[in-house]
Amino acid sequence: MASNLIFQCPESMTDAITHYCPGCTHGIIHRLVAETIDELGLRERTVGVAPVGCSVMAYNYFNCDFLEAAHGRAPAFATGLKRARPDLIVFTYQGDGDLASIGTAEIIHAANRGEKFTTIFVNNAIYGMTGGQMAPTTLPGQVTTTSPFGRDVNTAGYPIRVRELLSALQTPAYIARVAVHTPRHVIEAKKAVRKAFQYQVQGRCFSLVEVLSTCPTNWGMTPIEATQWVQDNMVPYFPLGELKVPEEN
Amino acid sequence: MSKILLKGCEAIGEAAVRAGAIHYFAYPITPQTEVAEYLARRLPEVGGVFLQAESEVAASNMIFGAASAGVRAFTTSSSPGISLMSEAMSYIAAAELPAVFVNIVRNGPGLGGILPSQGDYFQATRGGGHGDYRLLVLAPSSVQETVEHVMLAFELADKYRNPVMVLGDGLIGQMMEPVDFSSVPTPHPPDKSSWTTTGCKGRKPHLIKTLFLDPQQSEEHNQKLAAKYDEMRKNEVRFEKYNIDSACEVVIVAFGTAARVCKTAVDELKRNGLHVGLFRPISLFPYPYEPLHQISKTGAVRAFLVVEMNTGQMIDDVRLAVADRKPIAFYGRQGGMVPSPEEVIGEIHKLI
Repeated sequence: MASNLIFQCPESMTDAITHYCPGCTHGIIHRLVAETIDELGLRERTVGVAPVGCSVMAYNYFNCDFLEAAHGRAPAFATGLKRARPDLIVFTYQGDGDLASIGTAEIIHAANRGEKFTTIFVNNAIYGMTGGQMAPTTLPGQVTTTSPFGRDVNTAGYPIRVRELLSALQTPAYIARVAVHTPRHVIEAKKAVRKAFQYQVQGRCFSLVEVLSTCPTNWGMTPIEATQWVQDNMVPYFPLGELKVPEEN
Repeated sequence: MSKILLKGCEAIGEAAVRAGAIHYFAYPITPQTEVAEYLARRLPEVGGVFLQAESEVAASNMIFGAASAGVRAFTTSSSPGISLMSEAMSYIAAAELPAVFVNIVRNGPGLGGILPSQGDYFQATRGGGHGDYRLLVLAPSSVQETVEHVMLAFELADKYRNPVMVLGDGLIGQMMEPVDFSSVPTPHPPDKSSWTTTGCKGRKPHLIKTLFLDPQQSEEHNQKLAAKYDEMRKNEVRFEKYNIDSACEVVIVAFGTAARVCKTAVDELKRNGLHVGLFRPISLFPYPYEPLHQISKTGAVRAFLVVEMNTGQMIDDVRLAVADRKPIAFYGRQGGMVPSPEEVIGEIHKLI
């Protein structure tokens, strides 16, 4: 019987129905993280840190220990935890409002100190949970509830490219940007997530994977339109690929 | 063991180490930076973690993370830094994590100055952070007592799974006094494995969170915390009565450094045949309302004098305890000025 089993829920995920909107790619990203934790055999020594944002309740979907952080502070929580227990595998899961706006100081300094945890940074160019406000990653001209005439770069500046920003630091081990809007991209994303965790297992300094994600609800699109929008608008501004990889010994 | 001469800030660091608290996250701010400087050298000796954070915001949230792993985690700061840490205090209280914060208060508001003050009484006892939480607050008046309070703070934090604040001031932090560690019982951390997030091997996953979207659950959580604060009110009231007897005509109420000054004033007044006593709250939350209430009912007591290094904050609690039974006078110095015994004696003469 077991030989017929070709696909199942990773052990590191619960079977709870997620609260995410139809077409949101948080579910895919959760799964990639959970598959990685399973494959590397890390579940029993992994602690996740949830952000404030749509994925605040990520702990309902992961079958491992979890902390729920204050807005933007997940890297500080993870720092305290990992410094207290270096034997644990610690990851933060953060959105763009959380990581690239209110938590900018925390992520930059955790990365720069080379804290030995992994960050999954979900960039959907908008504030999801509060209902579609402008994020630091909102694209020029993009309409949100707080940029009703489109993001004006003269007053709001250009979107922050977190991968590039953090790659300017010398200390971090691994920084990459991936997307999950097509099966091909999901496969590539999985490789990056796996590397990020592997580097942590090896005791390498800070690793981060930025994942371009969708928000059909707040973008005002169907799920299909949203995946196309990622390809047409986000990928050109937020180029995919690894920008920092560990120096070989 | 003999006494050793230590600066208040160094004594705080050493007391924490002796309490088994070897995970320290902090950001420099005068007048308590010497705690960080002391621990930067001391903690590596005992296999501890010293981390200079990018801000007080980060330092205090690192405390949350470290406390979640079950270690005794703490930070120290001074007033403006404590404002920034208030966010984390609210979360730590909500998540029921043990943690210790030491506030070496400086004069404010705003950037204020770097001299001693008691201007953070409201912030400490009424909560600088959001929501319906309480800190356990201890107010030492000497370096020796600061050591005792720091060590006790870890014990209480673990007992109640709640943040505990030691509220000193620039004078306590900066002065040198002889300290005897051997007289202070060493606290022992309890087993925390039933709730810590240290990997779910052999058990169901643990979750430490503060979000309760369901109003019924949120109310239950608030009531659970409130019951804990009631336990603290029952068990953790601490105070000192000095020269308070049945003949006492005026009772001074003061805490911390101000109380120490007042003690000198009381001694001097006693030599001159005046019956003046000092009531010194040691726990500011829970506040010793009941003992103060009892004193206010004593027939000989004609008036109270509240002395603080602010414009009048603890006096609100004295009013709650004394109500309208006896007049309550106030004498305060601000801006980093410390009242002198002579000034206090002058105020007493206005009342007798």
